[in-house]
Amino acid sequence: MSLIKNNIIIRDSWNHLDDDTPLSAEGKVIVSLKRWQSERKLLMERQEPLGIRLKSAEGAEMISDDLAHFDLIALEFPIFKDGRSYSTARMLRERYHYKGELRAVGEVLRDQLQFMLRCGFDAFEYAGKTIPEEAISAFVEMDKFYQTVGDWGRT
Amino acid sequence: MYVYNLVDQSLVNQRVQQFRDQVRRRLSGELNEEEFKPLRLMNGLYLQLHAYMLRVAIPYGTLSSKQMRALAHIAVRYDKGYGHFTTRQNLQFNWPKLKETPDILADLADVQMHAFQTSGNCIRNVTADQYAGVAVEEIADPRITAEVVRQWSTLHPEFSFLPRKFKIAVTGSKRDRAAVRVHDIGLIIKINEAGEMGYEVIVGGGLGRTPIVGVTIREFLPQQFLLSYLESILRIYNQIGRRDNIYKARIKIVIHELGAKEFTRRVEKEWKTIRDTAIDLPVGEYERIRAFFAPLPYQSLPKNDAGFSHLEFENQDFSHWVRGNTLPHRQSGYSIANISLKPIGGIPGDASAKQMEVVADLAEKFSFGEIRVAHEQNLVLPHVKQTDLYSIWNTLKEHNLATPNLGLISDIIACPGMDYCSLATARSIPLAQDISNRFSNLRRQNDIGELSVNISGCINACGHHHVGHIGLLGVDRKGEEYYQVTIGGSADENASIGEIIGPAIPYDEVVDAIERVVETYVDLRAKNESFIDAYRRVGKQPFKENLYVTN
Amino acid sequence: METKVISANRLEDGIVVYITKDNNWSECISDAEVFNDEAACDEALSKAYTAEEACIVVGSYLVEIEQKGEYYNPTKYREFIRVIGPTVRPDLARQVRS
Repeated sequence: MSLIKNNIIIRDSWNHLDDDTPLSAEGKVIVSLKRWQSERKLLMERQEPLGIRLKSAEGAEMISDDLAHFDLIALEFPIFKDGRSYSTARMLRERYHYKGELRAVGEVLRDQLQFMLRCGFDAFEYAGKTIPEEAISAFVEMDKFYQTVGDWGRT
Repeated sequence: MYVYNLVDQSLVNQRVQQFRDQVRRRLSGELNEEEFKPLRLMNGLYLQLHAYMLRVAIPYGTLSSKQMRALAHIAVRYDKGYGHFTTRQNLQFNWPKLKETPDILADLADVQMHAFQTSGNCIRNVTADQYAGVAVEEIADPRITAEVVRQWSTLHPEFSFLPRKFKIAVTGSKRDRAAVRVHDIGLIIKINEAGEMGYEVIVGGGLGRTPIVGVTIREFLPQQFLLSYLESILRIYNQIGRRDNIYKARIKIVIHELGAKEFTRRVEKEWKTIRDTAIDLPVGEYERIRAFFAPLPYQSLPKNDAGFSHLEFENQDFSHWVRGNTLPHRQSGYSIANISLKPIGGIPGDASAKQMEVVADLAEKFSFGEIRVAHEQNLVLPHVKQTDLYSIWNTLKEHNLATPNLGLISDIIACPGMDYCSLATARSIPLAQDISNRFSNLRRQNDIGELSVNISGCINACGHHHVGHIGLLGVDRKGEEYYQVTIGGSADENASIGEIIGPAIPYDEVVDAIERVVETYVDLRAKNESFIDAYRRVGKQPFKENLYVTN
Repeated sequence: METKVISANRLEDGIVVYITKDNNWSECISDAEVFNDEAACDEALSKAYTAEEACIVVGSYLVEIEQKGEYYNPTKYREFIRVIGPTVRPDLARQVRS
């Protein structure tokens, strides 16, 4: 997996924590919605930045009141054909004005990158076969668009 | 018609480059078939029974002469010299090579055409009425709305991976020639009491496995809110449409499972949140698009030309064609001329490259360079002077395009079926040919009157058999081709789904069965009563009784 | 087990092909290698999948046939149409024999 952000590949400073792994005192972790809901107090007490991961069926409204707690939100694409997280991304950016890192995770392939960018994602856990350096060209493959979407006036 | 500006042209050009690279990566193995398939589908490229198939988008069925010539050229250069016009106003090429498809798309881009989103789980070609802008009883031209929706839906980043395909249709007439009530979203243009334009919004219609007429979720949506309202519907569908079962993934299932009332409530709620954001089209942009559909520089002509009337009187064949295939136009002295792609015994909807060239030339000479494609798989010259009809007819006749059977029993609508399609369970074209041959007599056809026969080669219903007056669905019974007969379907403003009459019939018996259905109608009809009206009056019983009689 | 052959579509142009004895792909069904038992089928499918990965063909599968001398007739009508081309366009008929 290569993390792409701002058109370059960067080292990932975050750690995806699964539900069973004990919570460490330090380190930037990304937890599931389930874990956030059950260990909310504990997570809020940590002095570290916090990330949350939503499954494709988990919508933006499930965390809309808590956005201030998250420096990062990761949205899953379990298979690339499952397009629900595109809607979640737009709602987080446009409706709830989320300003932190919005990361695409799961089956994130080259030919979906630009759609994701336009929906408000700004970080991508790239899982495709094309080498990441070439995948980045996907972001500028098309520069003309019809729709007004929340990519902050980039188009 | 709409002309691309720099943005539009740039977009198609970039798309061609993008696809060229995707094909390169497929041929080199960097992309496997599973990864490549949704990408090629988004450019309308299928893998069919004998070869690839490319479905070219003809936005709301409108083509220029130049574009038609390009299609003819592509047919000759890259294909086998012909194309097939479909029930969604598109054109299919049956033999493109994958490695040449980027070149085909480049040739299309040169004439402002493309094959985007004619396949895949995205928003498909927006269809409209083939007489848009010229029909006498039209309320407002649906093409402007269709163009707005086309642009909005093209490569929409949020809605490119929907649970399933999504089809939108628009009509601007009370008479619905766009079958809006059997689409995922159907829009009917309305003018309210204050003289403002808006839409009745119908959702959840569809054919296929579970045919159903859509429900009206909003009686009047002011025109300026069209895009935000559509976004709301699509967003809800994207979020809750089923992804576990492709046979239950269309929006009609969502409405069925949620109920129309709850679905409407959610759409309205979502809409209220986004309606005043930047999504809706600015008035200026709408007007810019509308300018492309301004009335043409028609001449001022008398309603009925003496010379024309004389020709009609003199030449019986010409007269039949005028009466059968032409309609009055909004503009005095002009006509709408229908070009039949259903010659007796022919393949419905197919046109050779030569025929395409002929139509392009006729359009250029006589119809302001404009052609329309009807979902009944025929072509239209939308603006011809009455005084030119005779010349046009003579040329059409020479090229087997003048069969005067519009709306009659031999004007059959058929999908390509098992002769071409890898999804099919039976053939549809030979059956269409046999029925057409049996009923070739024009006098008899006119006596029978308006009767649509729709044939689908499988349950996906691309032949729209559910909304045919007589529908035939090909099924496989132990390796034999059988056909289920439905009667009473209708695609217009009185939309209805045909009723299954009884058990499926083997191929060899179908044409006789149709004869019996027709005879039943002729025997029991009231004076001037059409087939569909008679059926609605008497119900299926008389037809059922006669259909299964064995002599 | 019935006699079978393997069919696929050639990747670069989509044309229907059949796997042959020497691991090539021919447009003519009469060139196809014929399989009479499960083991042979499995082995052949394996070779076919290798060809898919090598980007030669796509969508390979087994087709049941009846051998009548030098003619190989698929038992399913759909497969028969794949051999001869669209029944309504005999002018576009494919070669049945090489």
